[in-house]
Amino acid sequence: MNDLRELYQEFILDHYKKPRNYHAMPDATAHADGYNPLCGDKVKVHLKVADGIVTDVAFEGSGCAISTASASTMTEALKGKPLAEVRALFEAFHEMLTSPEPTVDPASLGKLAVFGGVREFPVRVKCATLAWHTMKAALDNSNNPVSTE
Amino acid sequence: MSTVHATRSAGTRVFDVAAIRREFPILSRTVNGRPLVYLDNAATSQKPRAVIDALRAYYEEINANIHRGVHWLSQRATDKYEAARESARRFINAGSVEEIVFVRGTTEAINLVAQTYGRTRINEGDEIVISHLEHHSNIVPWQMLCAERKATLRVVPINDAGEFQFDAYANLLNERTRLVAVSHVSNALGSINPVREIIALARSRGIPVLLDGAQAVPHLKVDVRDLGADFYTFSGHKMYGPTGIGVLYGRTEWLEALPPWQGGGDMILSVSFDGTTYNKPPFKFEAGTPNIEGGIGLGAAIEWIEGVGLDNVAAHEHELLEYGTRALRKIEGLNLIGTARQKAGVLSFTLDAIHPHDIGTILDQAGIAIRTGHHCAQPVMDRFNVPATARASLAVYNTTADIDALVEGLDQVVRMFR
Repeated sequence: MNDLRELYQEFILDHYKKPRNYHAMPDATAHADGYNPLCGDKVKVHLKVADGIVTDVAFEGSGCAISTASASTMTEALKGKPLAEVRALFEAFHEMLTSPEPTVDPASLGKLAVFGGVREFPVRVKCATLAWHTMKAALDNSNNPVSTE
Repeated sequence: MSTVHATRSAGTRVFDVAAIRREFPILSRTVNGRPLVYLDNAATSQKPRAVIDALRAYYEEINANIHRGVHWLSQRATDKYEAARESARRFINAGSVEEIVFVRGTTEAINLVAQTYGRTRINEGDEIVISHLEHHSNIVPWQMLCAERKATLRVVPINDAGEFQFDAYANLLNERTRLVAVSHVSNALGSINPVREIIALARSRGIPVLLDGAQAVPHLKVDVRDLGADFYTFSGHKMYGPTGIGVLYGRTEWLEALPPWQGGGDMILSVSFDGTTYNKPPFKFEAGTPNIEGGIGLGAAIEWIEGVGLDNVAAHEHELLEYGTRALRKIEGLNLIGTARQKAGVLSFTLDAIHPHDIGTILDQAGIAIRTGHHCAQPVMDRFNVPATARASLAVYNTTADIDALVEGLDQVVRMFR
């Protein structure tokens, strides 16, 4: 029960109900599509990168509370960050959720640390990481849609 | 709670759901610290002690390969396996055991027909008719076949209640139609299709019909001869039997006319490098050592269902479906998807602004197992414009208490997201 409260805490529900940076971006410099066939979640991530800095991020799509809140929080976290830092955040977030023994300090992740509770729900980890994988695919300029499977 | 074991004239017991529950060991376990409420029966059912014991007895007492040993064990194993075939014949009232082919499950049964019937009877420009309600297993094999043979797949639409549209179906049939393949009961919505009428119309025009009966046989009495089906397919694991075993029923004239499927042992009469003669049905379609324990377990499941009585099962599940439908409709923001007038025990739904995956996780923490997702029926989801639904599906051991637990769990979901 406590795990559940941790998973569906106020912060996450707020980002689910009022996702930030949820819109199209016609002048984006990179896009990617992500899909989780397990639950049908779809996400589209838009990035605007200039001089090695992510100047704008947005997303669209439909998904569960975890995937939507994760995408929303990610867009806030990445805006204004240099690419190297963005990639480091991806690695840290991924490690926090998937490593058997994560060494990442949650404090270094700021608000993103609220997703740490998803670890206790292994089938939901893909929900939390979908937007991040999609963002990374956009950075890597991959034209293939990302699937969590 | 009294345990009643009085026998009825038909050899079935007086229906007592508490006694039935005690026959399922798993139902007494807890999940996440709460008593298990199992409502994912359309995915797979739990197994009664009788089936578990049959599997154990096979390995402990008579394990051997079948159909060729002269030794005592092999004969016992063969007898038991072939007795299961007779049970399956009786279960769906097939004309003879030669019409019962053991396969891995419904999916394999449909693929077998797609590859044997399909590759010899479907040619360029021909048409195959399915419905919008199908499970992926009754869509993809036909798509693959159509791509290979340059044939066309036609889809019978459904209405907003999730009902098969018969007039549209009648209009789709034409001189190019070579096969109709539809589900008897929809896995995603529970709709019971008018299969008797579907078959009568097709056969009056000389078109054979395959029914996907995976969601039908656990819930209602099926008589393949009365229906007039050419092919009928089902899985053991959704009807209290083991996974990895299922049945393809095929009318004798078809099984004799169709080519073998996989080649190997058991499906031959004699083999030489000059040529091979094939065994007769059903063995012609059963290459290799089969799932012996599965067949025996399926036989035990059939006998168990017959002991309970399918009429009793259907009546109990219908009552629960009505109870559950009334209860779910009272939940604000809940939308039932699939409201066919003829419906088996499936409650598929969405909750406004709450994703099914979140519903599933929260219910799981309360020990309640439901299915969330597209239920291997993405076209159905598209039809209702939802990415996924939450689905509670019933079996004979479910009770009104299970439904009450579901409703309480959903109340908690709604409170959490408020």
